[in-house]
Amino acid sequence: MFSNRLFNLLVPIISVLLGLLAGAIIMFSFGYNPVEGYIALWNGAFGNSYFFGETIRQVTPYILTGLAVAFAFRSGLFNIGAEGQVIVGWVAAVWVGSSIEAPMFIHLPLAILAAAFAGALWGFLPGLLKAVKGVHEVIITIMMNYIALHVSNYMIRNVISDGGDTSNRVADTASLASNWIMEMTSYSRMHYGIILAIIMAVVMWFILEKTSSGYEFKAVGFNPHASKYAGMNVKKNIILSMVISGAFAGLAGAMEGLGTFGYMPSHSAFTNLGFDGIAVALLGGNTAFGTVIAAFLFGILKIGALNMPTSAGVPSELVEIVIALIIFFVASSYIIRWVLLRLRKEEK
Amino acid sequence: MAIIDVLQSIIPIALFYSAPLIFTALGGVFSERSGVVNIGLEGLMVMGAFVGIVFNLTFADVFGSFTPWLSILVAAIVSSIFSILHAVASVSFRADQVVSGVAINFLALGLGVFLTKQWYGKGQTDMVSQPFYSKNVPVLSDIPIIGEMFFSGAYYTSYLAIGLAVLSWFVLYKTPFGLQLRSVGEHPMAADTNGINVYKIRYIAVMLSGALGGLGGSVFALTIALNFSGATIVGQGFMSLAAVIFGKWHPLGALGAALFFGFAQSLSIISANIPFLADVPKVYLTIAPYVLTILALAGFIGRAEAPKANGDPYIKGTR
Repeated sequence: MFSNRLFNLLVPIISVLLGLLAGAIIMFSFGYNPVEGYIALWNGAFGNSYFFGETIRQVTPYILTGLAVAFAFRSGLFNIGAEGQVIVGWVAAVWVGSSIEAPMFIHLPLAILAAAFAGALWGFLPGLLKAVKGVHEVIITIMMNYIALHVSNYMIRNVISDGGDTSNRVADTASLASNWIMEMTSYSRMHYGIILAIIMAVVMWFILEKTSSGYEFKAVGFNPHASKYAGMNVKKNIILSMVISGAFAGLAGAMEGLGTFGYMPSHSAFTNLGFDGIAVALLGGNTAFGTVIAAFLFGILKIGALNMPTSAGVPSELVEIVIALIIFFVASSYIIRWVLLRLRKEEK
Repeated sequence: MAIIDVLQSIIPIALFYSAPLIFTALGGVFSERSGVVNIGLEGLMVMGAFVGIVFNLTFADVFGSFTPWLSILVAAIVSSIFSILHAVASVSFRADQVVSGVAINFLALGLGVFLTKQWYGKGQTDMVSQPFYSKNVPVLSDIPIIGEMFFSGAYYTSYLAIGLAVLSWFVLYKTPFGLQLRSVGEHPMAADTNGINVYKIRYIAVMLSGALGGLGGSVFALTIALNFSGATIVGQGFMSLAAVIFGKWHPLGALGAALFFGFAQSLSIISANIPFLADVPKVYLTIAPYVLTILALAGFIGRAEAPKANGDPYIKGTR
């Protein structure tokens, strides 16, 4: 028999390989050279220091939204609202970053905290409704996403700018961008945020594995009834878990607002950072370490894909298909396990 | 008199905007009533919009004015085949249904834009030459006041949507198949014990939702968007999902909710012409459907009770 641990490692690896294989088959059937396509993707992510910087830039928010979704998953909640939490976090970060004057050691942390707080608030309401009324968090968070999108556009046009389509720029004292990183990476938009993202991954690991409240989160995720019987406050844990999850996603918004862009454009559609975070968390097996690895993978795929049309003529959307299929395979892990077990039996 | 004028300008637009939502919401009702959560409605609409537009562009010369009707038919068929993917994952492979739905959304958008670039060489298709046109319904549009409000300058697809809602109600509540479908969603084991093939019913329900989602997407594309790009369907599928819940998983409830959402959307579009709404910032009207759905779920507007087995894969032989 395979051990459970080995299964948990094999399922994502097999899913990624199957997804890439399916992508190769699609490229082949449309008359492209799959090898050329994937080489273009690789070069697009690592080919030179600019591409590398951009890849890291993309990985930064993916780690945070991935952590947000993963954290909620561990306590049995599906936070599909990371998208909206990213948006409100972005608004809050840019608002604080552009409207206050303060020295950097106050201003920057304040803007980052504001983003985390806004995201947490956006997670609090679904958590509260789930805990008190038993309303499914998926639907509420989807609705909250749209409210965030429309309200943020309103805010950008009417509060954080003078009627323009983009917000004011954040002050230098609240910016995560750094000149030497930019010079190192041929002026990519890579910024200090990656350090914060990695620290947050460690924070999540610490909360879940080394504290008693982390133990409670996981217990509630496994079996809320048993947790209640054991004397845990299930409602408090549900709300707190959504709040922490929302704060992670809000931080991802701060990365975009204070690091990558330095402002917030009005959005006609979602940023997709939150939705991609679902894929990241699933592939990472909802662990902190796995999420970081998966975020790197998806960041590489996304940024590398931008090089595919020019170098190999393949539309970059191929990568979207590959990612969708990877999610399918991870979600259908039951069938992968079943096949693995069959193969194992036949060997005997 | 002023109110009648306002209604006369709002109702046709509301009908026009709600038709795609009605189709898709009905699809959601079928799927969720059988116990399969369908977050993938958005993706099914994308697929429908893509197929509808591509078929229309390709065959406009062959079929002439029948093209839009054939386009939505083909879109429905292709989307229902596409939705089998969701059924296989969530019914047979016991995947998390929400996750599988998310994957459907990614996949439909990826495929749609990929193929658009492949076939048209750019990120969006050309405008269709044979969209649906608004028409005055013969005879009925001559009725004073009501004729003007409901039957002038309207799209036949809106009536089709309302007709399908009534038909869905009949199928779900007045036929043996409907009873089987609902029982599978409430208590699959009991249904199985009574000789109902749970898997088969769920496959059919998901495919119905695919067909209706495809209809919704293609009707949206051929009445409102008129071409296809990655930004054609942005949130209509999720709004339909909200209509399913707001309508308490009932076809006529979903119809009412979708009409209301269409009404709210049309308000935000023409509010500038209505005296007492002109001063209200648009943002309140655009977020109204979502806020109302949250309020409805929170129990302020009657309790919304999901089908009992919604979201649980059925595993034969477990208790």
